[in-house]
Amino acid sequence: MQHHTHEVILEIKNLDVNFYTNQRCNKALRGVSFSMRKGKTLCIVGESGCGKSVTANSIMQLLPELSRIESGSITYQSKKGEIRIDTLKRNGQQMRRIRGKEIAMIFQDPMTALNPVFTVGFQIDEMIRSHNAVSKRAAAKKSVSLLKDMGVSLPEQRVHEYPHQYSGGMRQRAMIAMAMACSPNVLIADEPTTALDVTIQAQIFELMLELKVKKDMAILLITHDMGVVAEMADDVAVMYMGNIVESGTAEQVLASPAHPYTRALLLSIPVLGKGKNQKLEPIRGTTPDPYNRPPGCQFAPRCDYASPVCLEQMPPETDLGEGHMVRCFNYKEISHAAR
Amino acid sequence: MQPDKNPVREVLMKIENLKTYFPVKKGVFKRTVGHVKAVDGVSLDVFRGETLGIVGESGCGKTTLGKTILRLCSASEGSVKYQFPDGEQDILQLKGTELDRARKSLQIVFQDPYSSLNPAFTIFGSFADPLRKFGVKKRKEQEEIVAKLLADVNLPRDYMTRYPNEFSGGQRQRIGIARALSVNPELIVCDEAVSALDVSIQAQVLKLLKKLQNEHNLTYLFITHDLSVVEYVADRIAVMYLGKVVELAETDELFKHTLHPYTKALLSAIPIADITRKRKRIPLQGDVPSPVNPPAGCPFHPRCKYCTDRCRTDAPLLTPGTSEGQIHYVSCHHAQEIAEGRME
Repeated sequence: MQHHTHEVILEIKNLDVNFYTNQRCNKALRGVSFSMRKGKTLCIVGESGCGKSVTANSIMQLLPELSRIESGSITYQSKKGEIRIDTLKRNGQQMRRIRGKEIAMIFQDPMTALNPVFTVGFQIDEMIRSHNAVSKRAAAKKSVSLLKDMGVSLPEQRVHEYPHQYSGGMRQRAMIAMAMACSPNVLIADEPTTALDVTIQAQIFELMLELKVKKDMAILLITHDMGVVAEMADDVAVMYMGNIVESGTAEQVLASPAHPYTRALLLSIPVLGKGKNQKLEPIRGTTPDPYNRPPGCQFAPRCDYASPVCLEQMPPETDLGEGHMVRCFNYKEISHAAR
Repeated sequence: MQPDKNPVREVLMKIENLKTYFPVKKGVFKRTVGHVKAVDGVSLDVFRGETLGIVGESGCGKTTLGKTILRLCSASEGSVKYQFPDGEQDILQLKGTELDRARKSLQIVFQDPYSSLNPAFTIFGSFADPLRKFGVKKRKEQEEIVAKLLADVNLPRDYMTRYPNEFSGGQRQRIGIARALSVNPELIVCDEAVSALDVSIQAQVLKLLKKLQNEHNLTYLFITHDLSVVEYVADRIAVMYLGKVVELAETDELFKHTLHPYTKALLSAIPIADITRKRKRIPLQGDVPSPVNPPAGCPFHPRCKYCTDRCRTDAPLLTPGTSEGQIHYVSCHHAQEIAEGRME
């Protein structure tokens, strides 16, 4: 995924994250590596439980208490030099300075992410005032202009309202306004539109595209919808059971997928405009139990191309050229079979 | 799909001017101050053996429509005439044992497979109740039927002794479908039946639904917000907006010659998993208006770019038009002009 035109702002290398419950261990992330570039959108796509949100939360240091970054690094290029986020204390001063100001996050469900007992304006003010030395009045003024930028009508009135008075789309706009309050360099959006209708989703995406271009922001968009990926992504990383199984530019991954999982995923969704007679090919079986993972390639038990070595060993990252990466032993054979 | 092969199709259910209003209560005395017009004058014919897709955004009344037909919500007005084996009856007027009998013909698959199965019952327990109610008393017979139903949805027989928490979302949804089938219904309302499932599992369930339709000669009312899914399963599609049907046509026809401006915007907003096809989005301004106080005239007019004075005052009716020999219902004053490109 290395292109030298756009500067790398966040780099994750070989990240391992474990969750501990009742003396069992869920190896939620295994060897996740990717980098985010300024002015580009990276989409992480995968099914529920594949580790997309865990990745986002580890960047923000928002993982639950009984979990740990075991190894690997998260490096953020701040204006004052490199910062290793993984070594910072979760609630230490340095992390709190980065969180929200340099790297901001939009959560999936705006109803639970906003505090119901404070007005929307108060919550945006709080964000501005905790990172900048400004007066209350200046912060309030800023909140109004932020809401206005996000396309909320009558912002002067709306800042005094509570989250329950907002509609779903409006709430998500308020969330984005809050995330944008300190003009972050990196925006992490964890399924920002899953709870919204398609017409509202389209509005939110337009807004995100505009912000990306205007502020040269790096966006990490987490989604399960291949349509969203095709629409929004510059770069794509496909995750399955804690691994990135394939990554590259949107064109590489969607137009010539190399990993059998990516391929199967694309074949299993109905695509609008292809009509009633399109062929759907479901992926057989179900995702394995995270506490009882297969020893080798995580996808091997469901894969049509699995060979004995797949069941024993995790395939290494293979570079197919121009930043297209795949984790599969048999990718050559598969691309032959497809043709 | 050739709809004109057998032009005389049997109408299984005739929904006429159906209205479901929920009262809004306020104050100490809980006076009714208004109504949420969830379903506001819907008329539809459902043909035997077809899949009728009902699509729309959240709050457009699609789920309430499904529930009203099954008498899970009570209707305020209108009728739902259903062709029972022993003659036509209005479902909304049925009482007592007659209603029980009607429920044998009409079943539902719910959206959330996690809350629609009782966690305290084994799978067999969940199935046994409806079976007992409809006359299968012996445990041996019940077990045989449950095993057959589970086989129908590709699950092994011994799953019937397990509890719902042992299953994944896709498996639970298949159990939900099998349970709906247990009383041999004719019509199944699938209320967002695949929306809660992961994409790889969605395809399994969609294929299963199609297979079961062929084997059991079922009629589906397929309620969803996902137009890609509905295009794959439905024979006809009804698009709802604010409690009203705004467009109704055969699936191919609807996608080829979209007439209503709302349907057009809706279609353009859907992300397509194909990077070679870039389309122009038709942006919609604002949110869906509140169904408590819907706008006068055409419900879509505040968000419509073709809006004229007539749209603001005069509500359009769902009128049939034909294009290339196919009947296509649309409720828009300017549908014809928009289709011919006379309005921009």
